[in-house]
Amino acid sequence: MNSANNDIIQSIPFDVDKIRAQFPILNIQVNNKPLVYLDNGASTQKPNSVIETTNFYYSNQYSNIHRGVHKLSQIGTDLYEKTRLNFQHFINATTPSEIIFTKGTTHGINTIAYTYGRKYLQKGDEILISGMEHHSNIVPWQIVCEIYGAILKVVPIEQNGTISLEKFKTLLSPKTKLVAMTYISNSLGTINPIKEIIDLSHQNGSHILVDAAQAIHHLPIDVQELDCDFLVFSGHKMYGPTGTGILYGKEALLDALPPFEGGGDMIKEVRFDKTTFNDLPFKFEAGTPNIAGIIGLNAALDFIKEIGLPQIMAHDKQLLDYCHQQLGEIDGIRFFGTSQEKAGVVSFLINEIHPYDIGVILDNLGIAIRTGHHCTQPVMDFYNIPGTCRASFGIYNTMEEIDVLTNGLKRAVKMLS
Amino acid sequence: MKTIDEIQNEIIGDFEMYSDWADKYEYIIDMGKELKPISGALKIEDNIIKGCQSRVWLIADYENGKLNFQADSDAIITKGLVGMLTKVLSGHSPKEIAESNLFFMEKIGLQEHLSPTRANGLLAMIKQMKTYGLAYMTKEKMI
Ligand SMILES: Cc1ncc(COP(=O)(O)O)c(C=O)c1O
Repeated sequence: MNSANNDIIQSIPFDVDKIRAQFPILNIQVNNKPLVYLDNGASTQKPNSVIETTNFYYSNQYSNIHRGVHKLSQIGTDLYEKTRLNFQHFINATTPSEIIFTKGTTHGINTIAYTYGRKYLQKGDEILISGMEHHSNIVPWQIVCEIYGAILKVVPIEQNGTISLEKFKTLLSPKTKLVAMTYISNSLGTINPIKEIIDLSHQNGSHILVDAAQAIHHLPIDVQELDCDFLVFSGHKMYGPTGTGILYGKEALLDALPPFEGGGDMIKEVRFDKTTFNDLPFKFEAGTPNIAGIIGLNAALDFIKEIGLPQIMAHDKQLLDYCHQQLGEIDGIRFFGTSQEKAGVVSFLINEIHPYDIGVILDNLGIAIRTGHHCTQPVMDFYNIPGTCRASFGIYNTMEEIDVLTNGLKRAVKMLS
Repeated sequence: MKTIDEIQNEIIGDFEMYSDWADKYEYIIDMGKELKPISGALKIEDNIIKGCQSRVWLIADYENGKLNFQADSDAIITKGLVGMLTKVLSGHSPKEIAESNLFFMEKIGLQEHLSPTRANGLLAMIKQMKTYGLAYMTKEKMI
């Protein structure tokens, strides 16, 4: 490696080897090659602390929560509620009642789409999203718009994978009830100017939901400072268990919304003639939740806090710059998403080679990237491409792994051309 | 004319020479490059088998008791694999195709390409080829 590359490696803000040692899966071999995991945008691997916390809970502390006076139920309830408090502080929510546990981002968006729709949407109203949204921030709105006769409007993306605030402004109208927008694009890496978008939405009298699925483990989020009305993210993309997530909402707004799912835990009293609903946050947590997952999620949050978001972001930026630089030297490469403000996602195509073919060859080399539309089909349609290859980085990725990717790609190009 | 199983065994024989994954893929990619593309005019919605990632086109022709297939894909590895599948199944009777047991993919260590998570349209293509077999079997009985 040349000295320029060494400079970059030396400036990594924390000891990556120490971090890697906490992730057992990073020791496995795939197709007889050491695993190079570059599909963190889809989901991240789990550190020992998360695995062990979940294991310990099942082995020593398990029972249902919020229901029993017995010791185990109390322990479980305490641990579960501790996660809520940890997240309340992490995103600076005003009260724990504003933190609703969900199955993930998709579940959080659906919760708001259906309940907000029931409460506020009328014929002719508008919901405004962007052209870079994940399908889970498109389809729920399409469904509720159809139910209530509302109209879904879309801010188009620009060639470099950003959205223009000017165009955004022109699409805000007196009929715009709610804006739903991603903070960071999962297929392009674009970091949107979310604070401006939130302020413009409010000036227009619209509510706003922020999809923070790709942002929660990258950027410090202070919901009071942002002043967003709703914010959603998944546990599994922030080194936590699958089937966990958080929906933040301003207390007054959540209070005003009707419940989403009905069942146990979300009620105060059930009578056949009239049922009353529980207070926040339980009103939105029907049924037995993913208790072990939520408890494991607390360990994931502690893991992130211990490393520190500024350090994580600096590491991510170094990987991103190095990856752009190295891959940029491959003949015929085209990058999708070239915003100045960008997180560790590199989407690309090489010549006319189909992304699927590249994915198959890299898989044989032990390199896991994602190929296809990444659940953002409208983005692919915008660029008129079938999909892209996407490398996305996590805390444990190294510059050496970018080199493995670069060499793997060169080999793939040679084989496929 | 060789039977379906004889052709499968021939392909398995070809692959025995390759110990390395890269050699196997070179072979498949070459198959893909050699496969005659389906002309644009026939790449219509009716002939497309939608995989999530790579698209596959399949055309069946029935002549003198035999079914012939023509296939194509926008991904070269998928194209090589559909080329192998058409080589195995083309030119046989609908009954032989409908009742065929495709074992060669597994024997040459490429069964992962038939996994639904690969989303490459291959599994759907095999199903479609057998469906054509069944459909023409029924037609033959009616004549
Ligand atoms: C930006 C964005 N939004 C929403 C989602 C959906 O998240 P989940 O599948 O965890 O519900 C994802 C994950 O792929 C994402 O990246």
